[in-house]
This record gives sequence, structure tokens and C-alpha cells, in this order.
Amino acid sequence: MAIFAEELKQLIQESFPNAQVTVQGDDGRHMSAEVIDESFRGQNRVQQQRAVYAALKGKMDGSNGELHALALTTKVPE
Amino acid sequence: MSDAKSTIQDTVTSNDVVLFMKGTKEMPQCGFSSRVAGVLNFMGVEFADVNVLADDGIRQGIKDFSDWPTIPQLYVKGEFVGGCDIVTEMTLSGELDTLFNDQGVAFNKEAADKIREANG
Repeated sequence: MAIFAEELKQLIQESFPNAQVTVQGDDGRHMSAEVIDESFRGQNRVQQQRAVYAALKGKMDGSNGELHALALTTKVPE
Repeated sequence: MSDAKSTIQDTVTSNDVVLFMKGTKEMPQCGFSSRVAGVLNFMGVEFADVNVLADDGIRQGIKDFSDWPTIPQLYVKGEFVGGCDIVTEMTLSGELDTLFNDQGVAFNKEAADKIREANG
């Protein structure tokens, strides 16, 4: 079961309501997402990306995870 | 502590640089693992590779251990550095060089510069 760009964006946006979220890719298994959010300020990349993965609620877990690969970029607003 | 967890703890404590990956450094079995192993190989970094496909306990265990859902995962001196995206960004920005310098990990600076030139 694949996950699609709009669904992925919605999931991220639920946890980061004020973030600027850009999702690309449409095969549903290899996607890329860029998340720009104020809450990342002062966090290192690992902390930032952990927070985004947490928002995906296990969609990337295990061999049954719907998403095989998410190229993730996190940024603090300029 | 579960077996997997103590094995992982031992591995990251007894090796300066460890890459948890799909496949081995000689024969990676996923493009993302291949990319990180390739960077380390090219930079001449000595590292231990752990093939998570060879052990389901480690495959799940490393995700719990790092609180990180994807493979590959890079550890330097017992600290989790990141996955493929973070390592790629750090390579291109030079932060990886700084980390290796700070942690006393030998690497080929010219090779690192070549990667940046080729991807600049």
C-alpha cells in the first residue's frame, strides 16, 4: 500500500501546522519532503528529522512500512 | 537490555566509525546505504559495516536504539550522526570533515574536496 504526496503532506502538516511543507514524488514509495518550520530553531538535523519521522506515525517502520524512502530536508525559516 | 541492544552498544563503543547498512560495504544492497558507504570508502575512512539484512534483531534494534526509522545509520565515536540525507548534506557542507577532525577520525581531505567539487 503506497502513500501519496497529498496524504504525506497532510500527515506532516498535522504535526507542524505552521510549517511550509513541499512534497515531491508520486510512486508512493520513494518520496521527498522539505519541511521549513520555526520549531526547528535550535535543534540539530537529527532532532529536526526525528520530529518529522514521528509525525509520520510509523509509516516508515519495518519491511511493511508503506514508505521505503523519504528524502527529508528540514530547515528553519530565514 | 535486549541482546540486540547490547550488541549494538558494544559495536558502536568498540569501533570509532560504524555504518549500519543494507548489505556490506563491498556489496551494498540499497542505493541509500550504497551512497553513504561510497562516501566513507572514497574518503578513506576506516569503518565497521553492520549488515542489518543479516539479522532481523539488529534491523529492528538499531531503529529503536537510535530512535530513527531508516537505514543506513552512521555512528561516530558512539554518537548517532544521521542517515543518508544528513550525511550527504554534511559531506557537501564540510561539516563531516569537521566532525572527523574533532573526533580524531582519519580521512582523506583531498578526496572529500573532490566530492564537493563534483557536486558543487
